[in-house]
Amino acid sequence: MSGEASKLIENDDLWGGGRSPFSVTYGKMMMWFFLVSDALTFSGLLISLGFFRTGVFGDLEGFWPVGEKVFEALPGLGTGFPLIYVALMTFLLIVSSVTMVLAVEAGHRNDKKSVTKWLVWTVIGGFFFLGSQAWEWYHFIHGSGGYYISANELVVDGVDQAGETISYTVAAGEKVYYGAEHGHSHEDHEEEGHDEHHGHEHASNKKISGMGGDGHNDHAEEDVHEEHSPKVLYLNKYQTSIVTVEDAGTITKLLAAKNENLPETSGADLSSNEYGPQQYANFFFFVTGFHGFHVFSGVILNLIILIMVIKGVMHKRGHYEMVEKTGLYWHFIDLVWVFVFTFFYLV
Amino acid sequence: MERDDLIVNDSYALNAHHTEEAGAAKRKKIWFVAGLLTLITFIEVVLGIGFKQNSDWWAFIKWSFIILTVFKAAYIVLSFMHLGDESKNLKWTILTPYLMFVAYLLFIAAREGTDMSALLLNYLGS
Repeated sequence: MSGEASKLIENDDLWGGGRSPFSVTYGKMMMWFFLVSDALTFSGLLISLGFFRTGVFGDLEGFWPVGEKVFEALPGLGTGFPLIYVALMTFLLIVSSVTMVLAVEAGHRNDKKSVTKWLVWTVIGGFFFLGSQAWEWYHFIHGSGGYYISANELVVDGVDQAGETISYTVAAGEKVYYGAEHGHSHEDHEEEGHDEHHGHEHASNKKISGMGGDGHNDHAEEDVHEEHSPKVLYLNKYQTSIVTVEDAGTITKLLAAKNENLPETSGADLSSNEYGPQQYANFFFFVTGFHGFHVFSGVILNLIILIMVIKGVMHKRGHYEMVEKTGLYWHFIDLVWVFVFTFFYLV
Repeated sequence: MERDDLIVNDSYALNAHHTEEAGAAKRKKIWFVAGLLTLITFIEVVLGIGFKQNSDWWAFIKWSFIILTVFKAAYIVLSFMHLGDESKNLKWTILTPYLMFVAYLLFIAAREGTDMSALLLNYLGS
């Protein structure tokens, strides 16, 4: 403003005329700006998760569950594999990020064949991730064995993980969990799938978890309970130290304190869940759901670009920058997942 | 300070082509970063399984997760998204808000969430 310009500004240094102050194309710069604004949205979700999971926000309805206790199942192998499935999903996303960056690199060499090959792998990885997430949601929604809510405070003897007998106080309103063999789990359902009659009952049970239970389903539920009284109950199931009750007398005592006014449910929906505070399931659905939506749109974008590459559109243009731009979006999805993995599942 | 915001040639991303030899070196680096990210994820899972949240080591483990996560994120942004190769202006335009969000997230998760809920409990009285 004041004083004289020490040197004349050359036309080439100006913003106009197709020049960019960042030495990148307009499209790529706008993709980056979009990714910054998208990071705002995810930060909002993760920061509110941080507010809820630390301290009493989460603890008002019982303690925030431990990730390795909730996510410990593998497809077809049952439970007992803490965090392995989520780790495999993370690995899958990293691998598809690598194939994407290899496609970008091949694009810089105008190598149509390699770009096609790596993009195909990226799309396949994306579909695999979506499938994994669908399975994880299915498992999370259906739960492991179901629970009921204790109506009053009760002191019982149970066995902790080290095998020692300890005295445990069940608070009023605390969740008491059935074992998986009690007949709520969908793994049971899969194993006993050949028995059609049995399978039907399980199907009824599944419905109840989703709807909170109407009269008809309640009836089906009771039938199952009469058939097999639970041989084992778990207390504190999704916390660091699980307490097992196998003594028949104690189980009867615990069941007698059941709050009959509340429906017995299994798994999770937006109004209740077996894992911990209601907000836990809500955050699971919204954070992983919003991320999953990004993965889905990323796969669609990659597919469109793949078709354009195969048809030779990029080759005719002389550059593969479109691959680079969707690549940025795809890497951003991986970037977000890295934070979701740490702040939702690990910490 | 070296100025890289002045356009001196047409080195746009559009023209960022490289030869087969340069490509081989780039691919080598990509696979190196891929291995590193996998290794970090593996370490995180092993720590997560090996240490319970009630162990004396948990505070240390928790911060290890966070540091490893930031490492992973940095490699993804700077290497996979090529932000490390872009001009300094673009790099810091993107990185500054990202770093602020990460810092705020850590502040909430590590400190403010607990304090805010304690404050709220005072007012709610339970």
